[in-house]
Amino acid sequence: MSEFRLELKNITKVFPGVKALDRVSFQLLPGEIHAIMGENGAGKSTFIKVITGVHQPDEGSVFMDGRKVEFKTPLDAQRHGIAAIYQHVTSYPHLSVAENIFMGHECVKGGLLQWKEMNRRAEELLRPLGVSFSATALMSSLSVAQQQMVEIAKALSMNANIIIMDEPTAALTKSESEELYRITEALRDEGTSIIFISHRLEDMYRLASRVTVFRDAHYIGTFDAATITEPELIKAMVGREIKELFPKPSIVPGEEVLQVEGLSHAGYFKDISLNVRRGEIVGLTGLVGAGRTEVVQTLFGVERYDAGKIFLEGKPVSIKKPQDAMRLGIGLLTEDRQQQGLLLDWGIGRNITLSELKRYAKYGVLSESEENADAKRLAERVDVRAVSIFDACSSLSGGNQQKVVVAKALNSSLKVLIMDKPTKGVDVGAKAAVYEIMGELAEAGLAVIMISSEMPEILGMCDRIFVMCDGRMTGELSRAEATQERILELAMRKHAQPAQGA
Amino acid sequence: MAEHGSRNIVSTQKKTLRSVLLRWETLLLVLFVAVNVMNASISSNYLNVDNIFTAISTFLVRGFIALPMAYILVLGEIDLSVGSTVALSATLLGLSYNAGLPMGASVLIALFCGMACGLINGLLLTQFQELAPMIVTLGTMTLYRGIAEILLGSQSASNLHQCAWFYELYYAKLGPIPYVFLVFCLLAVVFGFVLHKTLFGRQLYAIGTNRMAAHYAGVPVQRVRFISYALIGLVCGLSAVFYGSWMGTVRSDIATGYELEAISMVVLGGISTAGGKGNFPGTIISIFTVGLLRYGLGLANVNTQTILMIIGAILILMVMLPNVIDTSSAKKARASAAGMQQQVSAPQ
Amino acid sequence: MQKTSFDFKALWKRLTASREMTLFLVLALICAFIQARNHSFLTGKTIEDMLKNYSTTITLSLGMMSVLLIGGIDISVASSLAFSGMCASLLMREGVYSSTLVMFLVSIAIGTLCGLLVGSVIAYGQVIPIIATLGLTNIFRGATYLVSDSQWVSAYQFQASFKQFAQTNTLSFGLMNNLIFIALICYAVFFVVMRWTRFGRRIYAVGSNPEAASISGIRIKRIKLVVYTMMGSFSGLVGAMYTALYASAQNDMATGMEMDAIAACVLGGVSLSGGQGSVVGVLLGALTMTVISKALPLIGISQFWQRAIKGLIILLAIIINILAQRALQKNQLKAREI
Repeated sequence: MSEFRLELKNITKVFPGVKALDRVSFQLLPGEIHAIMGENGAGKSTFIKVITGVHQPDEGSVFMDGRKVEFKTPLDAQRHGIAAIYQHVTSYPHLSVAENIFMGHECVKGGLLQWKEMNRRAEELLRPLGVSFSATALMSSLSVAQQQMVEIAKALSMNANIIIMDEPTAALTKSESEELYRITEALRDEGTSIIFISHRLEDMYRLASRVTVFRDAHYIGTFDAATITEPELIKAMVGREIKELFPKPSIVPGEEVLQVEGLSHAGYFKDISLNVRRGEIVGLTGLVGAGRTEVVQTLFGVERYDAGKIFLEGKPVSIKKPQDAMRLGIGLLTEDRQQQGLLLDWGIGRNITLSELKRYAKYGVLSESEENADAKRLAERVDVRAVSIFDACSSLSGGNQQKVVVAKALNSSLKVLIMDKPTKGVDVGAKAAVYEIMGELAEAGLAVIMISSEMPEILGMCDRIFVMCDGRMTGELSRAEATQERILELAMRKHAQPAQGA
Repeated sequence: MAEHGSRNIVSTQKKTLRSVLLRWETLLLVLFVAVNVMNASISSNYLNVDNIFTAISTFLVRGFIALPMAYILVLGEIDLSVGSTVALSATLLGLSYNAGLPMGASVLIALFCGMACGLINGLLLTQFQELAPMIVTLGTMTLYRGIAEILLGSQSASNLHQCAWFYELYYAKLGPIPYVFLVFCLLAVVFGFVLHKTLFGRQLYAIGTNRMAAHYAGVPVQRVRFISYALIGLVCGLSAVFYGSWMGTVRSDIATGYELEAISMVVLGGISTAGGKGNFPGTIISIFTVGLLRYGLGLANVNTQTILMIIGAILILMVMLPNVIDTSSAKKARASAAGMQQQVSAPQ
Repeated sequence: MQKTSFDFKALWKRLTASREMTLFLVLALICAFIQARNHSFLTGKTIEDMLKNYSTTITLSLGMMSVLLIGGIDISVASSLAFSGMCASLLMREGVYSSTLVMFLVSIAIGTLCGLLVGSVIAYGQVIPIIATLGLTNIFRGATYLVSDSQWVSAYQFQASFKQFAQTNTLSFGLMNNLIFIALICYAVFFVVMRWTRFGRRIYAVGSNPEAASISGIRIKRIKLVVYTMMGSFSGLVGAMYTALYASAQNDMATGMEMDAIAACVLGGVSLSGGQGSVVGVLLGALTMTVISKALPLIGISQFWQRAIKGLIILLAIIINILAQRALQKNQLKAREI
């Protein structure tokens, strides 16, 4: 019959006001690892949801092994052997590992659950994954990577012959990612087909045999992973050539603006020292879980610290809450822009002015004309693609939302701007805009600290790079001496001595 | 890449948006008129100015509470302890006066008690941020009334009307208009202005929309919450004072159902329990709508229990209606827009 | 001599390891304290009386547990139990039936319908539970007054067999009081259901992570509807029990009992955000509430203190929960060696 395990023909999906998929086609071979790439909003997510039965296509058909199928609910897809592992862990924190694996298809006899049997089977599934926890452990006691292992076990327990992974390495360390690669390849060797979505080119090159690109709800093409080059791939995703990815201006750094000495917070980081000068872009990198976000959140007053000192322009300062940090001229662009950076239901303008409301208030009463003027000015400066400052932020793309967040930070007079993964989840086009703004800020005399896990942008944009590992500062590199290997080595270096008197 | 100055972003809002916002308020006004028509047809005495004002004064005693309750709901929280706070404040008012204290001092004690009750709520909620306001105020609701019961048992504290100026608080009029009404109007204007035009009001909306993002933006979240609860406590104290002035006697079991009525008035007025949404004028209209409805039902000799029943039903229907109607395109558009993160061409 | 020193720390750790153990200890301590002040406390008669009189609250707490487990709340239960009990009593008074069993069944049926209404409003009307049940508690209570025309159903209007029901041991073949027996059966059945049936575990799943539950194909709205309906059935049962206990149906009966049920659950370690809680914990919490309510008069505290103490217990219980949670997190952090 058909050589394809899964085939989608001319799938169209329309939501009110938005065409999410436009006559998309796709073929999946048995026993292959197939990557899906594309900018945010290209349609990858909706595509996956059509395959897993969450959405029903408006046009087009789905075939499995040559036979036409229709998935009305996620359960239908599951019964046909399709399992999905999502980006945000969908597990039950209060329940045990075994229960999480078998929820929805438990072992039942005479109406009663067979716990012994389920625990045993769970252990069986977990063993080849090389985990250190037992089937009776509580889900909430596991780390994110461990929880992801449980998700894999869950997919395996359903005898899936198609497994879909959505950004599987986003929350994993390098070694954990390696583990995942190994497991994925083992699954492929057993005949399972795997579809995975990732923004990371290294994932794609490492695992996939073929890669399909979506852009603006259209199917662009399927390429052989071994032969396609990076510029070709980017061009397919973006539709245009990106000339200068990293517009870093060369600036002579001024005097020291921020200095941190011996900062510690039990359980998160210990003995962190770093400094930034005016006009510098300093990178703070490391593997996921190194503690970078925690450090900057402490600098911004969201978290407290147990020991250490912070100096601003040479003077010691005490930062206990965000207002303190902002008053001192320290700004933070958070990693999670939707939960922490923006009020999605609000308009662009009101988001931009939120941190500086006091400035617009005379005896407590707000001057809306001043607010609107500032909002308009800043929104235009960062080139947000919107019609009016009253447009809701929820209607913007990820890249534009990030621009609003930047505009908000620019509204305050800052000496130091900390950006936590500023290009995460941002498409290639908007990324370039963010880098440009970063460069402009540095030129204007700001000190910029950028947290990132992406080597290219660290190497491309930073004057100096601080590397952390497991809550400690393991090294500092200048732009000249920094290479991927050196950074990685520092990022993985563990301390030989045990912690001194935690 | 980014061409500065080439994009022109609009910074003025067209009036048409306003008319969309006013949709809820127009519905309310219709309801308000309907209630009045119904009442007038029940009793010929209804459209008498004096009678109406008398009736309005009665429910304004508890209507005061709806004003700060709007703030609490905008925050996305809830305060169920208001009835008990009124009872406790009134109890202290009565006991102080009957123990020999001058009425002025007793009134101050009542106000202070109300504020203290609110402060305790605020303290608990800001020190233990993991706790949901619902359960904390359920607990304090039980505790405060419990304290009132300890103090007053099943007795009443009377003779409050012996103090002339105290009596005048509720019963005095400026022409046909009772003092109570004027105080209420003043408070309503102040509360509304603060909510819509000031820094504090904007902070309330921010916290109700996304507390974490507000915190990161430097909004003093815990301070704003604390002040809000203290404020509603103080207004409960005020309500207790007017209650005492109205009835002349207080017991520990008064003010039951005040929380239901206050919340109903606010929700009916268009402020959602989810937080961050709604306008004040709607609250004012609904206070009078519910109050007059109560009055009308009273004229028709409907007993209290049934009146509460009707208010409960109205509350549920008003909250349910937008949800049930909304299940069609509007919700889907929002969900897909959020999921797709593309620019939605449909106007918001 | 130091040789026989007891490792108190290890013992303390074992004893406080689980919420249930701690609660059991607290209960034991309270009982001991009261017994010391009033020697008639721990006698068979007193215990039987106590359990009988509070069998209503104890049973109601069980229904409340499932509601709290899915992250909801129901403050209308006192009113729906009054409504069910009143309707069933009125029908009995009018001679529609005379059997106690039928009365119970009717009350349960009416309670179930009330629960169905609550569940529909919350699951399908999408009204948040506190608001829905705030409105419904007044609706049910008002309905109680309406159907009874604000009149009571008094003792003399009941069948003799019904009046005797709360005082006899017939159901358990002489082992224990009928009402206590009903409560016991409920707990036993619920214990099995919550731990060994898919339905029970789905309740935990929905409370623990509703998003994950809906992706795994669990129909959240259906579960919510069933849970609130079940709560309604419990209300109905308790309504009949209450009426039997007092041999009369009053319009304002059981006011405030929802707070007792919530207090019992919160004490018993049920988390208000859902997904956490055990039947054993609820039982211990309910027993603790019972002991406190019953014992206060025994040691000379007037009944007017009851409500304040109840409120205080609720507040203390939830604060202690939070403090314990924080301590746990702090320890987890300290254990993470950097």
